[in-house]
Amino acid sequence: MATIPADPRLAVGRATPGRLGVLIKAAREAPLAPLVILGGLVLIALLADLIAPYDPTVPVKGAEMFRPPFWMEGGSVATPLGTDFQSRDILTRLIYGARVSLIVGLMGTLVAGSIGTALGILSGYVGGWVDQIIMRLTDAWLALPAIVFAIFLAAMFGPSMWNIIVILGSVYWTRYARVIRGEVLSLREREFVKLAEIAGASKLRVIKKHILPNVMNTATVLASLTVGVVIIAEASLSFLGVGVPPPQPAWGLMLSEARPTLMTGQWWLTVFPGACILLIVLATQLFGDWLRVRLDPQQRNL
Amino acid sequence: MAPVLEVSGLQTHFFTFGGARVVKAVDGVSFSLGDGETLGLVGESGSGKTTTCLSIVGLLPRAARIVGGRVLFEGDELTRMSQRELRRVRGRRIAVMLQDPMASLNPLFTIFRQVAEPAFFHQQMRGRTLRARVQQLLKAVRIPSPEWRMRDYPHQMSGGMRQRIVGAIALAGGPKLVIADEPTTNLDVTIQAQYLDLLKDIQRETGVALIFVTHNLGIVAKMCDRVAVMYAGKIIEQASVRELFDDPKHPYTRALLGSVPKLGSKEPLYSIAGQPPNPASLPPGCPFHPRCREALPRCASVDPPDFHLGDGSVARCWLLDDAVARP
Amino acid sequence: MARFIVRRVLYSFVTLFILSATIFLIVRLTGDPVALMAEASARPEDLERIRHQWGLDRSWPVQYVTFMENAFKGELGKSFNYRLPVSQLYFQRLPNSLTLGLAATLISLLIGIPAGIISAVKVNTAWDNVAKGIALLGLSIPGFWLGLVLILVFSVWLRWLPTSGAGDWRHVVMPAVALGWYFAASMLRLTRSSMLEVLGSEYIKLARLKGLPDFVVIAMHAFKNALIPVFTLAGVNMVVMVNAAVIIEVIFAWPGIGRLLYEGIFQRDFPLVQGVVIMAGFMIVAINLVVDILYAFIDPRIRLTR
Repeated sequence: MATIPADPRLAVGRATPGRLGVLIKAAREAPLAPLVILGGLVLIALLADLIAPYDPTVPVKGAEMFRPPFWMEGGSVATPLGTDFQSRDILTRLIYGARVSLIVGLMGTLVAGSIGTALGILSGYVGGWVDQIIMRLTDAWLALPAIVFAIFLAAMFGPSMWNIIVILGSVYWTRYARVIRGEVLSLREREFVKLAEIAGASKLRVIKKHILPNVMNTATVLASLTVGVVIIAEASLSFLGVGVPPPQPAWGLMLSEARPTLMTGQWWLTVFPGACILLIVLATQLFGDWLRVRLDPQQRNL
Repeated sequence: MAPVLEVSGLQTHFFTFGGARVVKAVDGVSFSLGDGETLGLVGESGSGKTTTCLSIVGLLPRAARIVGGRVLFEGDELTRMSQRELRRVRGRRIAVMLQDPMASLNPLFTIFRQVAEPAFFHQQMRGRTLRARVQQLLKAVRIPSPEWRMRDYPHQMSGGMRQRIVGAIALAGGPKLVIADEPTTNLDVTIQAQYLDLLKDIQRETGVALIFVTHNLGIVAKMCDRVAVMYAGKIIEQASVRELFDDPKHPYTRALLGSVPKLGSKEPLYSIAGQPPNPASLPPGCPFHPRCREALPRCASVDPPDFHLGDGSVARCWLLDDAVARP
Repeated sequence: MARFIVRRVLYSFVTLFILSATIFLIVRLTGDPVALMAEASARPEDLERIRHQWGLDRSWPVQYVTFMENAFKGELGKSFNYRLPVSQLYFQRLPNSLTLGLAATLISLLIGIPAGIISAVKVNTAWDNVAKGIALLGLSIPGFWLGLVLILVFSVWLRWLPTSGAGDWRHVVMPAVALGWYFAASMLRLTRSSMLEVLGSEYIKLARLKGLPDFVVIAMHAFKNALIPVFTLAGVNMVVMVNAAVIIEVIFAWPGIGRLLYEGIFQRDFPLVQGVVIMAGFMIVAINLVVDILYAFIDPRIRLTR
């Protein structure tokens, strides 16, 4: 039961395997389940046009509304997961929905990461009043729950997928800014940065050559943990009707369209899209945890 | 007279990576300690001093296990005891003082509560008796106006005072043996000297045996009766303080003594070349041979045994082979 | 200490200024509210009259200053749609949101703290893995979907709980679970890491070396220290939950401020949206200020390092 911290000696003097060894080890230790799920979803999203049985926005010919999944009475293998209130094929819409989720998740994270990393570097490296302004801006952004901010912006700027990407990006950058600023503050004191400055390198060059490459690991770990948050946020906005507009097949939108049928027993309309969101977020979280262990050896609580 | 504590052949190993790697942190340590005696346990960090101490009271990190040897304390074999039984030994019969007085006190509990705990749980003292006991203990460690100070929290006290509180906690259960693990490393020199004087006084008054873990040989000379020098999990030399300082047998001890600055001496400070060994991958033979100035050819292949040198001194070094064998 | 407080308070005001100015600007940049308010057949003179009536014909800085002046007096403007003061609408709904936030906080604590402690005390065992699994699911299950599934199971199939509205405790259970679930995961993670840190500390080592029973070491020495950050986060989380429950309130038709915001958004009721959003910012800035100052007073460890 004793939890005295382990002997510090145990941490020292590990044999360091070669570069190839590192790669092999990484491949062996890579989290198989999340990678398979993520890889599968990406593939499905890319090949949606080929594998989806129907058009996601058009009713299936000859199919009634609210047809249940194939194993239930009244179901049909032609529409394996049933149909929705416009007798569109659920499976098809789920497949195309993966595309929306992944695009918004990845692009939104990219926007957030770019804004946050840029501001973080600027804040940490330039310092002074620039730092003050950026940090007060970050405080102000953090003063609103991100989802409320996102709902507000989405309602103001109107629903469209690209709007959502920009909005989520401009809401979720704060964490990057704070963490990366801290990292840059310590990088700034390191010798190679000092030397570059003494050698007369311009600020821009120092940032490009020395700062940016050194914060990329942190930014990557943060990104892996942000994707899931952004995906859930997109689903939430779509659910509220301020996200991806109909008739596009977004999972959040499907859940919103399923709401009137919740009480009438068409459970599959609610369960399947939500399970898809759960699956994709779970996979990104697991992958992010693994990445954090790989890329952030100090195990800070990012 | 039977010794208070007799440690023989103690081995404590760390099993990491599911037992795939074994680190012999303590590897066959033997020493004994009489009533009221003070033993200095000296060595570089990582030599196994702290693990030895924690093995005695059976409070080891999860990965560590005692795999061999005996710890006989007042006739009881501690390595065979369950945690429940050991709990009645810890704090009551054997007390341990930790290195860092700032960190060893719980910031959210009053001094009274922390000093009272051993007496409360071990001697079932309550109410007025307990208060009197705590005041007495605080007085014993020279805390001024203890009836007031015991209501304070640790952050309201200076470093020296906190260290004395830690001393009071150690005495609270009325132990026969106190293990002090580098108790003065974080104190400044004058406070350190005061504290050492205090410990000596207390020892004189109560007659406890003391194991003093340190890497400061000056403190050893001042405090201890006997010294054991540890290197890579083993005691490589053990002798009385006088013997060890006057005539160190092991080259490592000589090197250690050489690195103590002497006042007025113009000689350059001798420091030991190389790094302390990595306990996870020790060199073959004598673990000290890569850094030893006087190494013999066989030192690189065979680990020397204990050489007993009369007068109770023991050292592990091939240089002594002839010295012992010849007469 | 005094300087620290003054600086913190100053920062809070700056934060609120930036936030309110941003909200204010975005509301005015994204469309002409008057055009939405008036009927389609309205003549330009009518629009002008409405604009003047609502004070929208003045310059933005003047409007902003007026707005902030009123805000400090507790007036958040007048709702376009309800033709009532926003503050009146807001404070009508606030008690419901507080009830929901409190219930969700309780649920997050009831799940997070015990699971976090067990996983820290039994670190790297099966218990720990179960707790890690709960934490992972907490972050991965979208709260609003959990709400829908709860309705499906407990209202539609089992018929135990009412689907929506506010009333007795049975109305609160499902929205509180759906809302608290995500926060339970963050409580769990924090409890675990905080507990692990404390259990590894020197004073816990000394407590064990005193020969104290495990129960005393964990429940008294470790617990008290480990839970300071946990309860702090719980307090902050509660304020966040009160303000961030928009979707949950919509799903369960819970008459709180989240639904007020939602209604405001769909009726393009700008003063209402602006007021609710700024109140949310105000509450969160305030709780963070309180926590920072309290921490500086209470926690001796922080006081030592400052």
